[in-house]
Amino acid sequence: MSLTQAFFAIIRRDLVLALRRRSEIANPLLFFVLVITLFPLGIGAEPRLLQAIAPGVIWVSALLAAMLSLDSLFRSDFDDGSLEQILLSPHPTSVLVLGKIIAHWLVTGLPLLVVAPLLAVFLGMPNNSLGILLLTLLLGTPVLSLIGAIGVALTVGLRRGGMILSLLVLPLYVPVLIFAGNAVQMASSGLPVDAQINILISILLMALVLAPLPVAAALKMSIN
Amino acid sequence: MPWLVSAFVLITVAGLYGGLVLAPTDYQQGDSYRIIYIHVPSAWMSLFIYVVMAVAGAIGLVWHIKLAEIVAISSASVGASFTFIALVTGSLWGKPMWGTWWVWDARLTSELILLFLYLGVIGLYGAIDDKRTASRAVAILALVGVVNIPIIHYSVIWWNTLHQGPTVTKMDKPSIHVSMLIPLLLMALSFKFFYVIAMLQRARVELLQRERNAQWVKNLISGSK
Amino acid sequence: MIPKLQGIGLSCIRDDRLLFEQLAFEVLSGQILLLEGKNGSGKTSLLRIVCGFRQPDSGEIRWCGDAVNDSQFYAQMAYVGHLDGVKRELSVLENLKIAQSLNATGQYSINEALCKVNLAGYDDVLVQALSAGQKRRLSLARLLITANVLWILDEPFTSLDKQGIALIETLMTEHCANGGMIVLTSHHDIDLNDVDVLRINLS
Repeated sequence: MSLTQAFFAIIRRDLVLALRRRSEIANPLLFFVLVITLFPLGIGAEPRLLQAIAPGVIWVSALLAAMLSLDSLFRSDFDDGSLEQILLSPHPTSVLVLGKIIAHWLVTGLPLLVVAPLLAVFLGMPNNSLGILLLTLLLGTPVLSLIGAIGVALTVGLRRGGMILSLLVLPLYVPVLIFAGNAVQMASSGLPVDAQINILISILLMALVLAPLPVAAALKMSIN
Repeated sequence: MPWLVSAFVLITVAGLYGGLVLAPTDYQQGDSYRIIYIHVPSAWMSLFIYVVMAVAGAIGLVWHIKLAEIVAISSASVGASFTFIALVTGSLWGKPMWGTWWVWDARLTSELILLFLYLGVIGLYGAIDDKRTASRAVAILALVGVVNIPIIHYSVIWWNTLHQGPTVTKMDKPSIHVSMLIPLLLMALSFKFFYVIAMLQRARVELLQRERNAQWVKNLISGSK
Repeated sequence: MIPKLQGIGLSCIRDDRLLFEQLAFEVLSGQILLLEGKNGSGKTSLLRIVCGFRQPDSGEIRWCGDAVNDSQFYAQMAYVGHLDGVKRELSVLENLKIAQSLNATGQYSINEALCKVNLAGYDDVLVQALSAGQKRRLSLARLLITANVLWILDEPFTSLDKQGIALIETLMTEHCANGGMIVLTSHHDIDLNDVDVLRINLS
C-alpha cells in the first residue's frame, strides 16, 4: 500500500492502542498537574511570587511530563516485536516513525494544553498571557516529543534506559524551555512576543524535518 | 608519539612563560586575568572536540570505519575534561570579578549544558554492552548534539541578555594586546597537541580492548612477555 | 530478475565469541535453507544479519546479485522472529490490517489467510485472548497476506502442536512450489517432499 496509507495506519493503530490502555494518556497528565500543585506547597502561596514563577513552573513541568511519557513511545513495540516489523516495511522508516511520534504527541502532549488554563488560574497568571501560554505549548510540546523520540530510540534496547534518557534529552530541551518560558513571561507583562513565537515555529519545523532521521537510525541500531 | 609529546611540552612552556611572565598586567583586573590562558583555550577545545567527535562519528556511521568510531568515543572524555576545566577556571575567574563563584553568564551556562551533552555521550556509550552498537549510538547522539549546539548557544545568549542586561560585557576583551594574544594562541595550540596525545592514548586502549581476540593483539602480548 | 539470496564471506562476533566466519551460501527460488546448530551457535544472529538488523563483522548479503538495498529487498521479504510482532490489545483482524498497510498486498486476502492457518472466525478476538500456538499461527498468516518471495523464519515451529507443524510445512511447500524461497532455523528436522533443502550446520 502507499506510504500515505501506511503513515495514517500507524497513527490510527497507536491511537487505538492508547485508547485501549488509557493509563498512557492519564499518567503524564496527572504528573503535570501534580508537579504544579507541589510548587505553591513548597514555596508558599504568595500570589505575586507565584505569578512571577508561573511560566517557568508550567514549562518545566511540561518538560518533565513529556520526558516521563517518552518511554511508552517505543517500549511495547520493542518488547513484542512490532518494531521489527515496522523496520522491515519497504516504506522509509523515518516517515513511519514520524507517524508514531505524532500519535504519541496527540495522546500525551495535546492533553497538557487542555489542563494548562486551569493551572494558569491556580498560579494566578494574568488572563492576557493565557493565549500565549497555549500557543507556546502547542508549538513547543511537539518539539519535546520529536527530540525525545531520538533519546528513546537510542535507549529502548537498554534495560535501565530511564536515567540515561533524561541525561540525553533534557539538555536538548533547553532552547524550547527558554523561548517558550520567555514568551509567556513577556506576554504577562504585556510585551510583544512575535520573535519568540517565530523562533519556536522554526524550531518546530526543523525538528519535524530533521528528527525522524536520527530516530530511524537509532531504532535500527537498538534492534540488533 | 615522543615527537608529539616533546612538541606539546615545548609549546606549553613557551605559552605559559609568555602568558604568566612576559604578558603585561591588565590595568583593570590585575594578575587574575591570567587564568584566561587556561580558560579560553579549554573553552575553545571543548567545542572543537565536540565537532571532531561528531565528524568522526559520522564517518564511522556512514563508511563503517572502525578507527573513526574509536576516535569519536576516545574524544568524548577528553572533551568533557576540557569542558570541566573551562567551567572551573571560569568560576575561579568569576570570583574576583563578580564576587561569587557562579554567575548565570551566557558562556558559562552554555558551557555547562555542553558538559551535560558530553556526559550524555559518555553515559550512553557505557550503558550499551556491545561496543560496536554503542559507537553507532554515540555517533547519532553526537550528530544530533552538533546540530543543537548552535541553537542552544543562541538561546542561552538570548535568555541571558533578557534576564541580566549587558552587565557582563566586562568579559568581552575589546582589543587584546599582541603580547597577550601570542601566548593565548600558543596555549590553544598546546591544548590541541594535548588533545591529540590524550585521544590517541585512549584510542589505543580502546582498540586493544576491542580487538583483544584478534591475532595481532595476541602476538603483541606474547611478544612483549 | 531472478530472485537469489547470497551470503558472501560472512562472519559474526558476539560478546567476544566468534560465532562463524567465512560463511557462504546461495539460495535460489524453490529452495529452503535450514540453519542447524546448538543454542548460541549463531543461528538467530545469522538470520538477523540477513534481515539487515545486524551488520556482519565481515562479508555481505546480496539480493539478486546486488548488495542489499533496503526498500527493494524489504518489499520482497517477510520475517517471523522469536517475537510474534502482534499487538495484544488489537484484534486479529486489526493486526493483519496493519501488516497489510505496511507492506505490499500479497496473493491471499485476510480471510483466506486466516482459513489457511486455521484461525477462521477469530477475526474480532483480541490477541491477548489467543493461546501461544494461535499467536504463532497469526504471525505466520502475515506471510500470506503480504507480497514476498523470501521468508525468513526463526524457529517457526515453537509452541505449535503436531497439526500446526504439519500446517506450516504445507504452507512452506506451497511457497516453494510457487517460486518462493525460505531461510529458517529449527530444532526439528523438517520433512518435506519435493523441496530442495540446503543445510548449514553452525556448530
